[in-house]
Amino acid sequence: MTTDQRARSIGVHLVLIAYSLLAVGPILLVVMNSFKVRSAIFGSPLALPDASTFSLVGYEKVFRSSHILTYYSNSLIVTLVSMALVLLFGAMAAWALTEYRFRGSTALALFLSIGIMVPIRLGSVAILNMMRSAGLNDTLTALILVYVAQGLPMSIFILSEFIQQIPKDLRDAARCDGVPETRIFFEVVAPLLRPAIATVAVFTIVPIWNDLWFPLILTSSDSTHTVTLGVQQFLGQYITDWNSVLAALSMAILPVVVIYVILSRQLIAGLTSGAVK
Amino acid sequence: MANLRIEQLNKRYGATTVLNNVNLSIEDGEFVVLVGPSGCGKSTLLRMIAGLDGASGGDIHIAGKLVNALAPAERGIAMVFQSYALYPHMNVRKNMTFGLKFTGVPPTERERRVAEAARMLRLEELLERYPRDLSGGQRQRVAIGRAIVREPAVFLFDEPLSNLDAALRVSTRVEIANLHRLLKSTIVYVTHDQVEAMTLADRIVVMNKGRIEQVGKPLDLYYEPANLFVAGFIGSPAMNFFEAEVEGIEGGRARVAGTAFRNLDIPAGSLKVGDALTVGVRPEHLVRGEAGFFAAEGVVELVERLGEASFAYLRRVDGRMFVAEVRGRQTPAPGETMTLVAASPDVHVFDASGLRVAT
Repeated sequence: MTTDQRARSIGVHLVLIAYSLLAVGPILLVVMNSFKVRSAIFGSPLALPDASTFSLVGYEKVFRSSHILTYYSNSLIVTLVSMALVLLFGAMAAWALTEYRFRGSTALALFLSIGIMVPIRLGSVAILNMMRSAGLNDTLTALILVYVAQGLPMSIFILSEFIQQIPKDLRDAARCDGVPETRIFFEVVAPLLRPAIATVAVFTIVPIWNDLWFPLILTSSDSTHTVTLGVQQFLGQYITDWNSVLAALSMAILPVVVIYVILSRQLIAGLTSGAVK
Repeated sequence: MANLRIEQLNKRYGATTVLNNVNLSIEDGEFVVLVGPSGCGKSTLLRMIAGLDGASGGDIHIAGKLVNALAPAERGIAMVFQSYALYPHMNVRKNMTFGLKFTGVPPTERERRVAEAARMLRLEELLERYPRDLSGGQRQRVAIGRAIVREPAVFLFDEPLSNLDAALRVSTRVEIANLHRLLKSTIVYVTHDQVEAMTLADRIVVMNKGRIEQVGKPLDLYYEPANLFVAGFIGSPAMNFFEAEVEGIEGGRARVAGTAFRNLDIPAGSLKVGDALTVGVRPEHLVRGEAGFFAAEGVVELVERLGEASFAYLRRVDGRMFVAEVRGRQTPAPGETMTLVAASPDVHVFDASGLRVAT
């Protein structure tokens, strides 16, 4: 490596480190402060908790005073069911749109790409009306339906790209072998889409888990609140219970991190495949 | 085991015609090779036989049954792809049995077929391996194995050797020939490599621009090409062509003259004075001499030495080049003027439309 290259590499890494700090900093701050007493949160927000400032009071309050476990399981149910449906229908639709030429297939693809461009929140009022007339307001089903609609266009878009990279000879071979079309999809194509599916899974999960808007307008009772909405009850107009807010937020971050770690190897393969071939 | 009959087959994509009125009849147990330059429609024809591409018109019969409307799996065919198309996430055994699951072959029968195919193709050691752990030649054998276990009436091969290196290509070619001897099945084999075509085929189908140019036994195509295209396509280096014209007709014989060779005398047939002709002679049929049925002169520009023979590239008087094979250790020197002659059976004459004229 020449000095020039070394300097460039150091420069690149400085930028990357700065960016990582910027991205991770707030999360660390939240997690760190969730383990501190209230006075220490405001007194020295950047300090690590030590023997005198360490406290689990936030977590205790969260568990005692609210339905955090219900919120948690609501969030998990909504996120996982939505993800499963988005992946299943997304992959099937992507396969249909890339594999079969049928009347209106181009129009359908175009219609779906509009879904990427227009934010679903624009339709909030209509969605609320629709859910109410369908009797679905204040149910997890309503949230799942909305999130599936929100996640599908992007997942179809990404998965189509990946499906196009699967050699056409493979499905021709399967057809010559007498494999039915559905089995070609589930047993030949889907296994090869694994990295892509992991990518889409992460891109689908994160916004759903973090969403505040739709739980806010579509759910009203404690039994249907999600974690992000549940945290809000600690944010008052006059008093905010920062211990509880930070503890609840830390707990809300955890599952996303776990899922990301599990999927990250696949994710990286997904993001870079196609770039090198 | 079955015969295959193709009638009036057409394939069009919009305004472009890919296959134009193809008629072909293949006997039971015959090894037929479709050969032609890329884009000639040979792969499309194969895919249409397989049922992977639909026809714009015409019929395909396999074993006497009209299969136009049947799915690939119902046609009794098995196809081997150029890219092998092995399922990457399945081991060799699973690759071979996967399709059988869906065609109602019971598990014990599946195992028996796999064992037999593995023995035939020397795959026993590899059955538990995944395609990514196999060499190109092994993958190709697995692909062939996957076709064999289906026990098809017709095997379809789509350029199966073109991804292999030269040495492997020769040995796999021999294996395929042996396999055909063993299975006695009908095989349709697509290639652009005329050596593969010549060595493997019972009959060769030469295709060009969506048409069949000639169907025949390998040596028939070589010694009696039906037209200019086949003459130029079969043989390496390609046949030399000389422009010519009918100069005069006397007593049923036509005098054929050209700028780059001495006059020829051929049966007049339906030729008329002034007809444009093309005279073709293969490099390996030209020998050094003074006088013969055909004689042409040229100045040596370049000599390619291959060992068993050398190829002399000569400049003709009209400025174009032709090639002659020279045997032996003494090769002509560049700048040397040579006279090359050929005997009457080795001289091919084609009329203005490219069709063969009797000599």
